[in-house]
Amino acid sequence: MNAWQVARLVAAKDLRVELRSRVVLNQVLPFAGLVMVMFAFALDKDNILQRVSPGLIWLATVFSLLILVQRTFAIESADGALDALRGAGVSPAGVFFGKSLALAVQLLTLEVLLTGLAVVLYSASFSPGGAVVMVATVLPATMGLGFVGTLYGGLAIGASGRETLLPLLLFPVVAPVLIGATRATEAALGAGGAATSDGWPWVALLTVFAVLFGVGGSLAFGPLIEE
Amino acid sequence: MNAAAQAVVPLGVEPVIRLVEAVAVLGKFPALAGTTLTVRRGEIVLLRGANGAGKTTLLRLCAGLVPLVRGSGWVVGCDLATQRESLRSRVGLLGHANGLYGDLSVSENVRFWGATAGAARHEVEAALERMGLAGRLADVKVDRLSAGQKRRTSLACLVARRAQLWLLDEPHAGLDATGRDDLDATVRSAALAGATVVVASHELERAGALATRVVDIVGGQAHEHAAEPAPRAEPASDTDGRGLQ
Repeated sequence: MNAWQVARLVAAKDLRVELRSRVVLNQVLPFAGLVMVMFAFALDKDNILQRVSPGLIWLATVFSLLILVQRTFAIESADGALDALRGAGVSPAGVFFGKSLALAVQLLTLEVLLTGLAVVLYSASFSPGGAVVMVATVLPATMGLGFVGTLYGGLAIGASGRETLLPLLLFPVVAPVLIGATRATEAALGAGGAATSDGWPWVALLTVFAVLFGVGGSLAFGPLIEE
Repeated sequence: MNAAAQAVVPLGVEPVIRLVEAVAVLGKFPALAGTTLTVRRGEIVLLRGANGAGKTTLLRLCAGLVPLVRGSGWVVGCDLATQRESLRSRVGLLGHANGLYGDLSVSENVRFWGATAGAARHEVEAALERMGLAGRLADVKVDRLSAGQKRRTSLACLVARRAQLWLLDEPHAGLDATGRDDLDATVRSAALAGATVVVASHELERAGALATRVVDIVGGQAHEHAAEPAPRAEPASDTDGRGLQ
């Protein structure tokens, strides 16, 4: 099997596991929703909430990413499946892309919910041009988060105390996505007087980040999961 | 000649496993301390030894999952020093863990692992049938199975992967009498079809009856056992050595 066939197989398997277990639906989505509501309680002023809503959307996404990454590697380590994948001789790059893709699909679902909540709770709104920038922001940001999550999830899987180690490793690395996606979303929403066109340089940064971690992650994932 | 560029040796010409003074370490501990072992095609070899003797490490070395630190070794024609990745797709290891996804059904697990080796749908169904997992059990989530049923599912995954070399670590563990009989029949059929099987087991009576040869592992080294193995038929000559189809 080539790497793309492996990626399709692994992504389909991970999404099927999610459909059966409904962890994202029953636990991660409510968690992300609660984070948004708690922010609304904590900040409690419409003008502040509108101003900071782009950052809150992406903060809630990054917090949820942590749970998703831990979950996606927990299913691999529970009964030695990752070891069996290594033993099956399938392409590690294929496993990396497959797990990243499945993670990105789940994140995308989450981001749609969070953006909807921002509209309802924080009175955020899009112009037609802003909606285009938002879509262009979400795609590379989500893929970047998927790649980083899979790479660092693979790095932490064999470590003792991985539950606490993962956020320490992951949060500094996703900081560029948090900054870039927040700025681009501010432009998309017109928050703080930002113009829609201000978003495009940040979209470019997010794309570069996603490409770098996609290429680097696919090369590094194999050695990472080896003993 | 550059070892990395060395061509894969065709099966049948070379033994399926050939280890010469092989050393493998776990951390800093030499789990295999100069093991020499030859296994030929169609053999069923029982590895016996105390806990920590090196049986599992030997199986994982042959599966390409543990690096060879010193000595030399070839498994299914691949050099353990340079071709571990090429080797893995041709070998099936059933370790202490089952390697299953608890949220997926039995048939979904077998289909997934079969697909990693390019198995067709009918081969997956045949594997389920052979391990007594067809019918109602096929749609049950693995998390809801007993330990023995999980072991059977894991074996079905191995059958679906059509490995040339089966490496079984305590395969009878958790199986009931029927499951053990099914396992033994499956292993014998695989060997008759040209696959080679190496079994590490503490269940000497049952595994000994299955084996054509017994090797003792003591202190990380292999010692041939003098006792006569159970008689069995010669491997069929018209198969491609890929085990059960």
